[in-house]
Amino acid sequence: MSDVVLEARDVTRTFMISGGFMKPKRPLHAVNGIDLRIRQGEVLALVGESGCGKTTLAKMLLGLLPPTSGSLQLDGKPIETMDRLRVAQTVQPIFQDPYSSLNPRKSIGSIITLPLKVQGDKDPGTWRKRADEIMELVGLPRRVYNNYPSQLSGGQRQRVAIARALINRPRIVICDEPTSALDVSVQSQILNLLQDLREELGLTYLVISHNLAVVEHMATRVAVMYLGRIVEEEDAGTLFDTPKHPYSKALLESVLTPDPSLGVPDTHLGAAYPNPLDMPSGCRFHPRCIKAMPHCSTTAPRKIPFGDGHVECHLYDENEGKGKLAS
Amino acid sequence: MPENSHSKRVLEVKRLNVEIPVPTGLLRPVQDVSLHVDRGETLCVVGESGCGKSLTSLAIMDLLPTKAKRACDEMRLSGDTVFDIGERAMSDIRGDRMSMIFQEPMTSLNPAYTIGNQLVEALQRHRNVSKAQARDRAIYLLEKVGITAAASRLGQYPHQLSGGLRQRVMIAMALMCGPDLIIADEPTTALDVTIQAQILHLLSDLQREFQMGMILITHDLGVVARIADRVAVMYAGQVVETGTAEQIFNAPQHPYTRGLLDCIPIPGKTKRGARLGAIPGIVPSLVGHMSGCHFASRCPQAHEGCETGDIELLPTAQPGHVCRCLLTQTPGTPVHETEGAAS
Repeated sequence: MSDVVLEARDVTRTFMISGGFMKPKRPLHAVNGIDLRIRQGEVLALVGESGCGKTTLAKMLLGLLPPTSGSLQLDGKPIETMDRLRVAQTVQPIFQDPYSSLNPRKSIGSIITLPLKVQGDKDPGTWRKRADEIMELVGLPRRVYNNYPSQLSGGQRQRVAIARALINRPRIVICDEPTSALDVSVQSQILNLLQDLREELGLTYLVISHNLAVVEHMATRVAVMYLGRIVEEEDAGTLFDTPKHPYSKALLESVLTPDPSLGVPDTHLGAAYPNPLDMPSGCRFHPRCIKAMPHCSTTAPRKIPFGDGHVECHLYDENEGKGKLAS
Repeated sequence: MPENSHSKRVLEVKRLNVEIPVPTGLLRPVQDVSLHVDRGETLCVVGESGCGKSLTSLAIMDLLPTKAKRACDEMRLSGDTVFDIGERAMSDIRGDRMSMIFQEPMTSLNPAYTIGNQLVEALQRHRNVSKAQARDRAIYLLEKVGITAAASRLGQYPHQLSGGLRQRVMIAMALMCGPDLIIADEPTTALDVTIQAQILHLLSDLQREFQMGMILITHDLGVVARIADRVAVMYAGQVVETGTAEQIFNAPQHPYTRGLLDCIPIPGKTKRGARLGAIPGIVPSLVGHMSGCHFASRCPQAHEGCETGDIELLPTAQPGHVCRCLLTQTPGTPVHETEGAAS
């Protein structure tokens, strides 16, 4: 097992949500007891439906949001005690929408060199040179240095966002839906670029995505999130070939591969994604699960280790002596 | 009335053009687009942003922005001309004989009215029915689109529903008058993958049950492959290739279609972590007149002949498969002039 660079230990984040006029606030458990290890050089993908807590977790891993309980460790040291700038040197984000994540009133040059300024880089004379280097690396022509974001295409803007994230040579990049705002032909260019940069710079990625085809293509490990918990974590090959958790299976079935001989899949998931303010009892997935058993609605499943990963589901709990897994 | 062979035809559009004046000249986002949809058939219009697919649908519905001008040789809904028939006649047809489902259900439902109100209005606008009858129809359709406890949902406001439920309400609303044609513009783009599968399932079930014609506009090739009977691929304002789903996905002819299919990772086919195909270059500007093939500047197979003259949509060797490319064309007359070549 290689070195863990970024780790979440039993992390919880609760938001207090207004219950309405003159009513008490209610807790929303966005992230509820998550253990996650990101190892040097891997591409860990976090998948799940909207509202499952993916982005909250990413914000905590970036040190932008303190956890309610539990701890986050960067290279074995707790993030909360570290200086914000130190964290930013190692972990950088790339956001979903390159139209809103770049300041429209700043030139591309000043957007890309801003991290150098923020980090108090000693040598402003070299900034232009370093910007040129990073722009070449991400495939941006030099002439756009003095342009503004509105003059660039979507793909070029996402390249600017990547250049900005990489100019201080971080080791970990957290990509929150890096291609979902882009067109198909541009998406493939950005995915190729992210793969090339990973090899060239030895980067570690945490990729958050709902596009499972992209995840399957990029990831080495996958964590499936559902209502604030990781219900299955596994290396990518195993998860995509033999998903264990019924939710992982349903997610994979809903991927639409471009094959005209297949129809629209029936995922057997009930329509409703539960309200996170009003969590189901026991296993959170049981109202939508086709394999739900009577005790699923009362007892929360344990975390069951499996090879290199784990799954949280009663079906796989050997101690219970029932529904032992077939495959 | 239409002749017999065309009685199944719900929509026939020939040489549709849209022009929008912009400060630098005349923008032509839709150029010579010809489409047709039969009863019970799903036509998917696929392309990247800016290719003109949404404007095509808005032009068919006569919902273009006021500055935009449209022109076409022919536009018929179940045999009746629906082009330039006046705003009043058009608004009688819209929502009745053809209706539209938009991408973002939150912005297309009125937040200030209950969904019951909005559903009832959709029917009463076009039919002389009582409120109670309209309510019954609304409950029937809400149940059809998979909403449980439909009667109690009628009093709810759009903000009380989840994204998937809102989109189901939008679909029910589009079906209120039993339209001949439904145009769905990116109906699942704002939804989660699990909900997307359910909504697509629902759309294709309903379309089969009510024998409607459906135009589904999307950029997602996965959606297209699973739901389309026929596919029209658009690039830079033009339809570049039309064929059955099998023809487009298994034997694509146009270099753009082939490039697009290479760009997406396909689980089980693309090697994990391998490089994906890419289409170099950018989409050309559609301001002013452009001669030659619109894709020529990005095409790996382009030659000098591609840069000049208008390239027509012509039949390929396969029946029903047409392509706007010099490389694939067999000698023949342009599709616009030949009847049935595209059916």
